[in-house]
Amino acid sequence: MKEKIRVGFEGDFQFREIEIAAGDPAPWDPSQKFSVVGTRQPRLDGKAKATGEAKYSIDVRLPGMLYGRILRCMLPAATVKSLDLSAARKMPGVRAAIALAEPGEKLRFAGQEVAAVAAETPDQAEDALAAIRVAYEARPFVVSLDDARKSGAPLVFEGKTETKTSGGDVESGGKNLARHGNVLGPRSTVKGDVDAGFQKAAGVVEGTYDTQVQTHSALETHGLVARWEGTELTVWASTQGIFDMRDQLAETLQIPVSKVRVITEYMGGGFGAKFGPRVEGLAAARLAKEAGAPVKLFLDRKEEQLASGNRPSARQTVKAGATRDGKLTALQLTVYGNGGTNGGTGTSGPVKNVYACENLKVDEYDVFTNAGPGTAMRAPGHPQGAFALEATMDELAKAIGMDPLEFRLKNDPSAVRREQFRVGAEKIGWKDRDARRKTSDPEILRGVGVGAAVWYNTGGTGPRATVTIHKDGSAEVEHGVQDLGTGSRTMVAMVAAEELGVPLDEVSVSIGDSRLPFAPDSGGSTTTPSSAPAIRRAAWEAKQALARAVAKEWKVPAESVKVEKGRVSAAGNPPHEATWAAACKLLPSEGVAATAERADNHEDAWKRFTTGCQFAEVEVDTATGKVRVNRVVAVHDCGVPINPLTTESQIQGGVIQGVSYALFEDRILDRPTGRMVNPNVEAYKIAGALDVPEIDVTLVSVWDGINNTNSVGIGEPATVPTAAAIANAVSHALGVRIRQIPITPEVVLAAVRERDSKGGRS
Amino acid sequence: MARRREKLPPDRSKALVAMTVNGERVEAPFEPHKTMLEVLREDLALTGTKHGCELGECGTCAVLLDGKPVLSCLVLGLECEGRSVETVEGMAGPEGLHPLQKAFADLGAAQCGYCTPGFLLTAKALLEENPRPTLPEIRQALAGNLCRCTGYVKIFEAVELAAAWLRGEAAEPRKESLYGYDFDESGLLPSHPGPVGAVLAAAREAAVDEGGDKPRPYRAKAR
Ligand code: FES
Ligand code: FES
Repeated sequence: MKEKIRVGFEGDFQFREIEIAAGDPAPWDPSQKFSVVGTRQPRLDGKAKATGEAKYSIDVRLPGMLYGRILRCMLPAATVKSLDLSAARKMPGVRAAIALAEPGEKLRFAGQEVAAVAAETPDQAEDALAAIRVAYEARPFVVSLDDARKSGAPLVFEGKTETKTSGGDVESGGKNLARHGNVLGPRSTVKGDVDAGFQKAAGVVEGTYDTQVQTHSALETHGLVARWEGTELTVWASTQGIFDMRDQLAETLQIPVSKVRVITEYMGGGFGAKFGPRVEGLAAARLAKEAGAPVKLFLDRKEEQLASGNRPSARQTVKAGATRDGKLTALQLTVYGNGGTNGGTGTSGPVKNVYACENLKVDEYDVFTNAGPGTAMRAPGHPQGAFALEATMDELAKAIGMDPLEFRLKNDPSAVRREQFRVGAEKIGWKDRDARRKTSDPEILRGVGVGAAVWYNTGGTGPRATVTIHKDGSAEVEHGVQDLGTGSRTMVAMVAAEELGVPLDEVSVSIGDSRLPFAPDSGGSTTTPSSAPAIRRAAWEAKQALARAVAKEWKVPAESVKVEKGRVSAAGNPPHEATWAAACKLLPSEGVAATAERADNHEDAWKRFTTGCQFAEVEVDTATGKVRVNRVVAVHDCGVPINPLTTESQIQGGVIQGVSYALFEDRILDRPTGRMVNPNVEAYKIAGALDVPEIDVTLVSVWDGINNTNSVGIGEPATVPTAAAIANAVSHALGVRIRQIPITPEVVLAAVRERDSKGGRS
Repeated sequence: MARRREKLPPDRSKALVAMTVNGERVEAPFEPHKTMLEVLREDLALTGTKHGCELGECGTCAVLLDGKPVLSCLVLGLECEGRSVETVEGMAGPEGLHPLQKAFADLGAAQCGYCTPGFLLTAKALLEENPRPTLPEIRQALAGNLCRCTGYVKIFEAVELAAAWLRGEAAEPRKESLYGYDFDESGLLPSHPGPVGAVLAAAREAAVDEGGDKPRPYRAKAR
């Protein structure tokens, strides 16, 4: 059914006809007077989290529970010669031992899993690892990107490329891609003709940009508790996708999906690496089966940093050209990404999707090294790509003598982001940024930089929800989604409360269990846009069920009953009218319920990418090389945010991860031994309370009509442009281009020397 | 929750240690090499105290030992003999939540919440020593606690709010709503500025180059 709806964003609304799926309510309108949506709602589980009552998977304790531990090979490349678990099996308290690698198997990074044991106490399990007899043959290895690309470098994969894949891994791309040595690819994208584009340009710049490996470093490590009852398996997991976990466990263990139950009541953070059971989860399930007792297996911090995934590093060369009046004519990216033993390291998202350019060429190569596998991490490829692209935009603006922001505005095809740029510029004080470079301390320079964010996903079909309206007027929602801390539990309740017109505290929510109606995995920032429309539709249908039940009591046609906020009525002779509570009293004792599926996205919606931009102001100490981020202005599109409190929190968290990525975080591998030298959260420095800038968040609500709540996700776009903006700000402060992150004091001091050798201080 | 344990038959691999946990006297038998964190989580079933590293790096396991914040992963259970330990489970009193707990919940300072117990106890020690901390003092006090989710901003706000409450000041979290535009007769021009218009309408002239866009019709005054 076609409906005319209002779409757009503040300053640019328009009417649009869109096709609404039968049985789905039309998208909320910008004139809608919400009572719950759009208000700052504390998390429903805030109290449980602040009292220690919240039970995380790592807190689960079951009677007779055993503790699992994993033996890892600390050689960067080795072949298993022999593996003997018999002595370990006889160790005190040991109840099960399994091999995770077979003799003859090639191990490819320091920290790879070899065997696992389960014992009555954690100490006994640890002791038993020492009793496992395993012999390795060391093989030559390579851990640096440069070394790995050399001809004659030790090969990470001698035969076929066997990248490991867990649920969240980014695909390595076409199976038929050629691999030369350790270099796979390229995956290429060509649009127009870059050479012709460069010919036309008045200015051309080219630069090479290096980014490091970042680890997810969620505070709760990976792991799960597995319990078998006969042929049924229940796991309590720290996972971003309980249904994906369920399906992968069933498939790998070859048991029916119906026999697997996954529960995630609370989880201690997930940033892309917590998908599927992974090696440790499968090990726990197998150990539990062998021992005939539940097994808890969580990684320790060192294992977490070594082997649970990471954001691949990248070496990107970007070349770009523009006309004198500031139109991009050609954009070219060549990237060598390094995800250790995993591929899928491309960074081309921003280059392809932020600025408009007719002539584009992208070549993406995966370089393999003997290092822990990369996996999806908060906007895979994008913070890297944005860093290189936005630096290039600044350089090119300079080459053609244009203000870098004006240059961006001229090339940005997104009306929403152009406006976001203007809002951010106003808030950061862009126009006098040059005047503010000098501070009262001659050693300290100030700089302001900018970067753009792009993201795509708008959620999709699959999710289901059940909404029950009880006889006393309260309501219940069942939806199996996991809450990573983002506030999904609260979002579920808010959407139902809004649609039903019931106060938020009279809505109860059951989530985090694969026995509940199907819900999306939390990846790609798709949780809310996938879940919320299903919840709303279920609540809408439950209201119709209420109307039917009330109509029967009133003896009027069901279509004549209207359910509005807090009030149920039927026109006619005589007219009927009841409060919500009185109407619900007419229900049978079981109340009414509806289960609904999320409708498809509206094809004819006001389509866009999810956009955002961030501005950073930094102070750089040219004597010590230290960078301090004073302020980040983050302007983002999150569709129509359901809970501005938690949306803001996502953005603040994304910004601080970006600050941390720009200045501190760096996984360091020792070249002679091939081992990670900082598998911890100290030498692997993560931004702390002292490193937090002032963060100014502006949400630009965008009503696109793509689904019935206009919701999109924000987790990922929030961290895309931060490092880019900071690097541009440092470059602005110093007057020298920063081409590598993290921007450590060493990097800054080298830039200061470069500046000074080029002719004194500016 | 089995905080008070019956004396178990003597087990020579275990030490029997008497201490006060959350105001209650506890005698617990445990292996003498165990850290306080392990004793709390494994032997006393107090899983509110979390671990993020067990290396003394993340602050997740912070508890108060005789009122001072310590990393329980670096303290042996044995060292707590005769001393008083406070964990997150002991923060709420008979009158309900501790103001810090309420402020953390109300302001969304607990995102995944895994770091929250450690922050709460560290902040409690701060506020007991310094009822009127400045933002730099709050940052300094919390510098040993990592949070991977929130960006810390809401944690600082919650500590400030709780400090105000503890001083007996009236303070409330923000509670505005984002939407609900009224439209003019064209149906397309909002009657009051949202966050975009609020910034731009006032400073339209000063705004950077239009980049070809037509000036947008923002209303200057909030409703
Ligand atoms: S667990 Fe004690 S400091 Fe991390
Ligand atoms: S809220 Fe997740 S680590 Fe702090």
